[in-house]
Amino acid sequence: MSIQLSITNVTKLYPTGEGVKDINIDVRHGELVTLLGPSGCGKTTVLRSAGGFIDPDEGEITITGESVVNIPPEKRPTAMVFQSYNLWPHMTVEDNLAFSLKLKKMKKREWKEKVCWALALVQLSGTEKKHPSELSGGQQQRIALARALLLQPKVLLLDEPFSALDAKLRLELREQVREIQAREQLTMLFVTHDQEEALSISDRIVVMNKGKIEQMATPQHIYNDPASLFVAQFIGRMNFLKGEAAGNALTIGPLSLPNVKHLSGEVTVGVRPEDVVIANGKGQGIPAKVTKVMMLGHYAEVTLHTFLGVLKMFIDRNDIDHYQLNMGIAVTFTKVKSFNGQQVQMKKEEISL
Amino acid sequence: MWYFKALPTSKIIQFICLSVFLIFFFGPLLNLLLLAFSGEWQYPHRLPTSWSLEWWSFVLQDQSITRAMGLSFLIATIVTLLSLIICLPAAYTFARIQFPMRRFFLFSYLLTNAFPKMGLYVAIAVLFYRLGLMNTFVGIVLIHIINTLMFMTWIPSAAFANVHQSQEESARDAGASPFQVFWHITLPMAKPGIIVASVFTFLSSLDEAQGTFLVGIPDYRTMPVIMYSIIVDYPSTAGAVFSVILTAPTIILLLVARKFVGGDALAAGFKMK
Repeated sequence: MSIQLSITNVTKLYPTGEGVKDINIDVRHGELVTLLGPSGCGKTTVLRSAGGFIDPDEGEITITGESVVNIPPEKRPTAMVFQSYNLWPHMTVEDNLAFSLKLKKMKKREWKEKVCWALALVQLSGTEKKHPSELSGGQQQRIALARALLLQPKVLLLDEPFSALDAKLRLELREQVREIQAREQLTMLFVTHDQEEALSISDRIVVMNKGKIEQMATPQHIYNDPASLFVAQFIGRMNFLKGEAAGNALTIGPLSLPNVKHLSGEVTVGVRPEDVVIANGKGQGIPAKVTKVMMLGHYAEVTLHTFLGVLKMFIDRNDIDHYQLNMGIAVTFTKVKSFNGQQVQMKKEEISL
Repeated sequence: MWYFKALPTSKIIQFICLSVFLIFFFGPLLNLLLLAFSGEWQYPHRLPTSWSLEWWSFVLQDQSITRAMGLSFLIATIVTLLSLIICLPAAYTFARIQFPMRRFFLFSYLLTNAFPKMGLYVAIAVLFYRLGLMNTFVGIVLIHIINTLMFMTWIPSAAFANVHQSQEESARDAGASPFQVFWHITLPMAKPGIIVASVFTFLSSLDEAQGTFLVGIPDYRTMPVIMYSIIVDYPSTAGAVFSVILTAPTIILLLVARKFVGGDALAAGFKMK
């Protein structure tokens, strides 16, 4: 499919030293691409550059092949949904939605029809005469989305649109947006710091850190094969252990695994909790002691103490009875990822949920 | 009595406080109103012994007084409009643009209110003599604007600051030029604050006597200036009639704007940001 939005070598540095450097992203027509990263990683800068609210220092941004760098936001074929304060409180929902259409001098019958269509799309028909303050936070965001859709943008930009809402609503809206996006064949650039949100709705995820792109791939690829230690730490849950790589072998305590990446020296090994399993043979695997068993719905989480550190392990909820506190077991790993260098300690809010 | 016994002490104290407040607040106004319509009112009578509209007709028929009223309202209207034109851009700048010494400049608006007014006016009068602005309409308007700058900048500035950046940006996004955004989004959203400030400006101009007296005498006599001579030269009933006329626009304006005039807009205006 054709490239709808192309961001090439975009650089924007702030006097504080923060900013983004050499960002390259291509978004295809009908694709939903998510910019994911901790706060201050520059994801919003990239989004706002695409929307025209920030002038990049260098680089080129094209939409369907045409450069938009010198075009002000009101003339760009983009529409943006902000985190909050999207709507104008002194106007009714209808006036909010019709604002852009009236600016285009559209006839009343025509814009009424369009407003009706947009409201139906976000399932809020009948709220025309209400003021934004009479709607809930989730409804307001849906109106904001409807207003953005009425602009018939070539690229829809969303800046953490659900982060001010509570968890359940966030889940619902996420699904709704994905549905509308797929049905209307919308091209979307979506910014979030919530990795779960990114994994669930994206066609592709761009993981950013400190103004640079760490990895750009499908959610599945990013989860299964994180390109860097940062991505491994940021996406999903992962245990980190120290290992030793030499030749063809990767040694983690008593375990020896193939050295796929041909690293050497001390490495950090990442293991997803679902890839931690009980070792089969006697005397094999890493000896561990069960210190906690937590039921988490469709699965359970077991906390293990080993001489290599604390390990988390996910088990089937039906097997929960096999694990007693202080029981000694031995575990091994079905799949590991090895990285050069040391694990960096991240701030709690950066790991997010 | 059983009703009062059933009430908790705190309620009774509240009631007494409210009554005292009402007497202090409305007592003089009521007295003024009675006085204005009285024909004869001598001690020890509690109420006027006869009612009349004699002084009303005197005040309303006196050419110089009606002219003063017209002048006062004309000046107040012009002062309000001019302050709006001068101060709204300044208010928007203070609200939106971070420039060096911003807080200092914002604070400097307080200076005109920090000194004894008369001293300031005399100093200005010296300047006005040189510029030939004494005894001119322009001079009076300028003196009035000095008083209104602070209200007119601080309160709308807070109102503008309350309009979120993303609300303006989403309007840009929807296809509005910067000016259209200001006209359709920012200005209407800040309207309550601007109305409050305008009401205050209008009233303070209507009420201004010291500066007008110094700069406008002898040709420009506004209502408050005339009031001084009326109080001195005529019986108190004339003064009462006149203060009712002076008070009426205040009350009417506040009633019209009461939807907007709230503690919030005022308090927001006096918060330094």
